[in-house]
Amino acid sequence: MSEPAHRPTTRAALSSGSDRVFQVLILALASVIVLVFVLSVYQLGREAWPALHTFGWHFFTGRTWNPVEGKFGAASMIAGTLVTSLAALVISVPLAVASALFVAEYAPKWLANPVGYLIELLAAVPSVVYGLWALFVIAPVLGRWQTAYFLDPANVPTLTRCNQLWAEGQTSLQCFFVPSGAGGRGLALAVIILTVMILPYTASVARDVIRLVPADQREAMYALGATKWEVISRAILPYARAGILGGVILALGRALGETLAVAMVIGDSQEILKSLWGNASTVASVIANQFGDAQETLHRSSVVALGLSLFALSVIVNFAARLIIARLTPKGLQ
Amino acid sequence: MMRAAAVTSARPAARLSPVRRVKNLLMGALILLATLLVVAPLILIFVYLLREGLGALNLDFFTRTPAPEGEAGGGLLNAIAGSLEMLAMASVIGVLVGVAGGIFLAEYPRHPLMPTVRMLSDVLAGIPAIVMGLVAYSLIVLRFGFSGLAGALALGFLMIPIVVRTTEEVLKLVPLSVREAGLSLGLPQWVVILNIVLPAAAGGIVTGVMLALARVAGEAAPLLFTAFGNSSVNLDPTRPMSALPLEIYRGATSAYDENQRLAKAGALLLITLIFLTSLLARRASRVKR
Repeated sequence: MSEPAHRPTTRAALSSGSDRVFQVLILALASVIVLVFVLSVYQLGREAWPALHTFGWHFFTGRTWNPVEGKFGAASMIAGTLVTSLAALVISVPLAVASALFVAEYAPKWLANPVGYLIELLAAVPSVVYGLWALFVIAPVLGRWQTAYFLDPANVPTLTRCNQLWAEGQTSLQCFFVPSGAGGRGLALAVIILTVMILPYTASVARDVIRLVPADQREAMYALGATKWEVISRAILPYARAGILGGVILALGRALGETLAVAMVIGDSQEILKSLWGNASTVASVIANQFGDAQETLHRSSVVALGLSLFALSVIVNFAARLIIARLTPKGLQ
Repeated sequence: MMRAAAVTSARPAARLSPVRRVKNLLMGALILLATLLVVAPLILIFVYLLREGLGALNLDFFTRTPAPEGEAGGGLLNAIAGSLEMLAMASVIGVLVGVAGGIFLAEYPRHPLMPTVRMLSDVLAGIPAIVMGLVAYSLIVLRFGFSGLAGALALGFLMIPIVVRTTEEVLKLVPLSVREAGLSLGLPQWVVILNIVLPAAAGGIVTGVMLALARVAGEAAPLLFTAFGNSSVNLDPTRPMSALPLEIYRGATSAYDENQRLAKAGALLLITLIFLTSLLARRASRVKR
C-alpha cells in the first residue's frame, strides 16, 4: 500500500536534491556579478582613500592639479568631462533621432536594413580607432583652418586682446571661440569625435522605440489629413520620447566614460578652460594619460579617486535613466 | 444629406496648404541629410584605413614583431597573439558568469537575490572600461605585477553584463510550454534548463557572446595598466602582454612614421575583424528567428 506512494517521494526528493545543487551552482556564478561590483567599490575606495582623506571636498572643487607640488583638485577635468559630454550630446541627439526616423519611417525596407546596420557598426568601432582617425584626419583639417585664422590680418586685434585676457587667466565670450593654437587638437576636436561616437547609442535606441509606436497612432493621425512630418512630430515623437530619453542618457553615460579617443585628441592640459579650441582634459583622459607615470602615492591615489568618481557618476546616470523612463513612459505602455 | 454636403464643401480646404507642404518636404530633406551625416564617419574611417593601412598588411605584419623605434619593417605578431590569448581567457570568465547570470535572471525570477543581480548587472554595463582597468590593476597588478591575466580579467568583467543581458532575453523567448513539457515528464528543473531550454536558446546566446567579444576586442583603456604591452611575443599569462588596440594606441600617438603605419594597418585589421564578428552575430540571430 505504502509502496506506490513512497516511490514518487524518493524521486521528488532526488530531483529536488539535484535541483538544489544546480541552483546553488548557478547562484554562486551569478554572485560573481555582485562580487565584481563590491570588489570594484572596495578596491577603488581603498586606493582613493589617501587622496580623498587629504583633500576632502577640495578634491572636487580645487582648481590646481599639480603633481610636482602634490596638490590635486579635479575641478578643471570635471568641467572638461561635463562640457565635452553635454556639448556632444546636444549636437548628436537631433542627428541621432533624425537618422532613427529615417530608418524607421522614411526608408524602404531594402534601404532601412543596411543603414540601420551601418549605424550599429558605428557603435562597434573601437575608441582607439576613432582617436586615430581624429588625430590623422580631422586634426589637420582644423589645424589648417586655425592657421588661416591666425594669418588673416583682420583678426589681429581680436587675437591680441584675447591673448592678453588668456595671459591673465581669464576669457570672454568672444575669446572663448577664438582659436588658441594651430595643432587642431583640443577641446573642440574632442567634442567632435565624442559626438560621432555616441550617435549610434541614441540612434539605435530611438529607432527601436519608434518602431514600437503602434500603427494605430500613425493611422489615426494620417486619417485626420496630417502630413508625414506632422505625424512624426505630433504622434510618433511624443509617444516615443521616454524611450528616446533613455537612449540619450545611455549615450551620456558613454560620453562621460569615453577614454582613449578623447585622451588622444584633447591635449591633456589641466588649466582652466580658456578657449573652445584650447587644450583641456577630462576625468577619463587624465586617468589614461597620468596613471602610468603616477609613481608618488598621493598622485596615484588622486588618479584612482578620479576613477572612483567616474564609477559613482556612471551609477548615478544609470539610475537617473531608469527613473526618467519609468516616469515618462506613457500609461498603458508597460 | 447635410453631412455629405459638409464633407464635399470641406474637401478643397483639406488640400495641403503650401506652408505645410513645404515644411513636410523640408523636414524630410533634413532627416535624410542628418542620416547621411551620421553614416559618413563610418565610411570615411573605413576608406581612410583601407587607403593607409592595406599596404602594410603583408606577411611581415602577421609574422614579425615591431622593429626597434625609428627603424623600418616589423609587424604586430606580438599584439595579435596577445589579443587572441587574452580574449580567450576573458571569454571563459564572461561566458561562464554571463550565461549563469542570464539563467539565474530568467529561470529563477522569484529568488530574493534576483533584483540585486539584475540591477548590479545593469550598473556594471555602464561602468567605463578604464575604471575596470583600475579595478583589475588594484586587484592583481598591485600584488603580482603587470600580466596578461590581469588584462583578461578586466576584459572578462566587461563582457559579463553584455552576455547576461542577451542570455536572459533569449531564454525568455523560449516558450513556457517547452519547460512545462519537460517538467511534466518528471525531469528535474536543471535537466530541463540544461538539455531543453539552453539548446533552444543556443543561437541567441552565441550571438550575445560574439557581440561581447566584438566590444571588448577593441578596448585598449582597460589594458593600459593591466596587460601593459610587450614588444615581443609572449604567451605566458603571468607576464605583460600586448594587444592590438594597445599597439594602435601607442602607434597612433608615436612620432615615428613606421609606428603610425603599423597602427593604421592594425586598426584596419581590428575593425575588419570586429565588423565581420558583428555581421556573423547578426546573421546567426536572424537565422534563429
